[in-house]
Amino acid sequence: MSPLSGYLLLSAVLFSIGLSGALTRRNAIIVLIGIELMLNAANLNFIAFWHYSPHPEMLTGVMFVIFSIGIAAAEAAVGLSIIVAVYRHFRTTDLDKISFLKG
Amino acid sequence: MTISFLLLAAITIIGTAAAMSLKNAVHCVLALTLGLVGLAALYLQLGAQFIGLTQILVYVGAVAILAVFAIMMTRNRNQETASTESGSFRLSGTLTALLLFAVLAWAIFTGISPQALGGAQPEASVHEVGVALMQRFVLPLEIIGVLLTAALIGAGVLAIEEKEGNQ
Amino acid sequence: MPEMIDQIFVLLKHWIMGYVPSGLQPVSSAILSVLPVIVVFPLLFAITTVLERKGLGRMQNRYGPNRAGPWGILQPAADGIKSLTKEDIVPRSSDQLIHLMAPIVMVIASFLVYTVVPVGRNMVVADLNAGVLFFFAIGSMVELAVFMAGWSSRSKYSLLGAMRAIAQMISYEMPMVLSGIVAIMAAGSLSTVTIVNMQAGYTGIWPHWYLFTPWGITGYILFMIAATAESNRCPFDMPEGESEIIAGYFIEYSGFKFALFFVAEYLGMMATSAMAITLFLGGWAAPFSFLTWIPSWFWFFAKLLLMMMIFIWIRGTLPRLRMDQLMNFGWKFMLPLSLINIFSAGLWHYLPSGFTRWSVVSLLLLFSCFLLSRGLRRNKWFQERTYRFAS
Repeated sequence: MSPLSGYLLLSAVLFSIGLSGALTRRNAIIVLIGIELMLNAANLNFIAFWHYSPHPEMLTGVMFVIFSIGIAAAEAAVGLSIIVAVYRHFRTTDLDKISFLKG
Repeated sequence: MTISFLLLAAITIIGTAAAMSLKNAVHCVLALTLGLVGLAALYLQLGAQFIGLTQILVYVGAVAILAVFAIMMTRNRNQETASTESGSFRLSGTLTALLLFAVLAWAIFTGISPQALGGAQPEASVHEVGVALMQRFVLPLEIIGVLLTAALIGAGVLAIEEKEGNQ
Repeated sequence: MPEMIDQIFVLLKHWIMGYVPSGLQPVSSAILSVLPVIVVFPLLFAITTVLERKGLGRMQNRYGPNRAGPWGILQPAADGIKSLTKEDIVPRSSDQLIHLMAPIVMVIASFLVYTVVPVGRNMVVADLNAGVLFFFAIGSMVELAVFMAGWSSRSKYSLLGAMRAIAQMISYEMPMVLSGIVAIMAAGSLSTVTIVNMQAGYTGIWPHWYLFTPWGITGYILFMIAATAESNRCPFDMPEGESEIIAGYFIEYSGFKFALFFVAEYLGMMATSAMAITLFLGGWAAPFSFLTWIPSWFWFFAKLLLMMMIFIWIRGTLPRLRMDQLMNFGWKFMLPLSLINIFSAGLWHYLPSGFTRWSVVSLLLLFSCFLLSRGLRRNKWFQERTYRFAS
């Protein structure tokens, strides 16, 4: 097994863990964390492909990850403030109980 | 496939798996932090120093703290029980994730020929990253600046909205 | 000869390395670099505590510690023995694992940041090409340790203290990083060693420190204010306000773990001072060109002790801020001013050197400082206090 497939396999494991968390947990904050985890798995893929690519001096993978981290930070900030706003309204963060469109 | 890779991969997997399976939400965030620090160490090992340190700064310094604050602000009065998490629901979610992993692993083992890849040990120095950001990637940089400003204002507005309505 | 004394520790390391078999070279080199950091800075911490207690005592018209040893200089040793022999009490309802991990994470983070601090010419543990980023990244781990300590104790006071501390540290981390950016811009590098080397030259007898520029002194003052807030010192010591929440996030700690928090707090304070010295005060560079015969490491530690003295002086002088004053000051004064400071550093780079750029940049900074403080006052920051029930 080449080193690259080791990194790709780790990334696949992280993505699956994130997906299983996002699908099975009911706390909105934990679901958001699972989504962040899936983004991070993708970032690991970008860095691994950049490291083993024939033209690493182009820095494409690194640039992609910089912007991806920036977007993930913005997503976490907005997502968590939406969760706080929803909590103020429904008094819960359980996704099964937040089921009205017009509360 | 070095020992350091296996060790860091083990830390990352244990941390993230604990983050998705522990009961207490604060424990989940702390375990996630452990996993993401392991991931940052993997980035450092791959020669992406700037990315690894940014990962620590953003995820440990900002996202984990933010998540912890959100948990503290949304603590449920009635202790969260697993009543809504029915067994079959949980089973189907886990099965979907496992199926996805199987497909990805199959793709990885059949799709990549190791000979096609370069064998150099690249290093993304801060200087190179900075030059690339300011020349080739200057438009995305501006766009992400606007996006982050919008996110900052949006998060602030979302957080104060309801409070003003009550007054 | 002065060069030899200047490099004496580097030569000593090379001399010891000569006797080490080649298989152990990398490991022993790392140990020889890390060991002095682990020994010297805690020693400096001990000296600082005794200086602080005696100095504060003098400022408050009392003697300070004077029992252990001559003039009380053995007080840190006595304190250390006391905290080591005390019973370690863990609250029964606490979260045992996290309660144990919090002081460890905090101390490790506080020691790790010294990796990139150049304490003398050729004397740095690791010259990372993203050194300043490393410093801020590891420094942000302290916030998580504070939360772990406050939350795992299961005590209202410690949770309140932790929440206050984190809110304060997040608010002041941004002005701290932004005010440090001007030095990075001027040096054109994130490596601490390069930043110090850029400041090591002289014009006549005057050094090229970034402190002696309008944006440099503004950045330095902003950085020091933010550093005071980051290390939870007076006048920003609300997270540990003794009269309100007893001791903040580490109330439920006793014995050795309490001592670890104490060590970590002082190490963090010294680390941010060391970073301020590296960014603005020329690191190990001598203040005048005719003083360069004194070894570089002496200058670094002299500057560090001077910064400690300023911290102690401020603690003895200023009263504690309220939460709203603290947040207003951080977000409505420090943050905009540090952004304007970055702009003025860029302006400085493109204006012709000489009187023009001095006057333009200084006027810009003074004007914006004036406007921002007017803005704070319009928010009734310094409103005349009225006593509703006492008049």
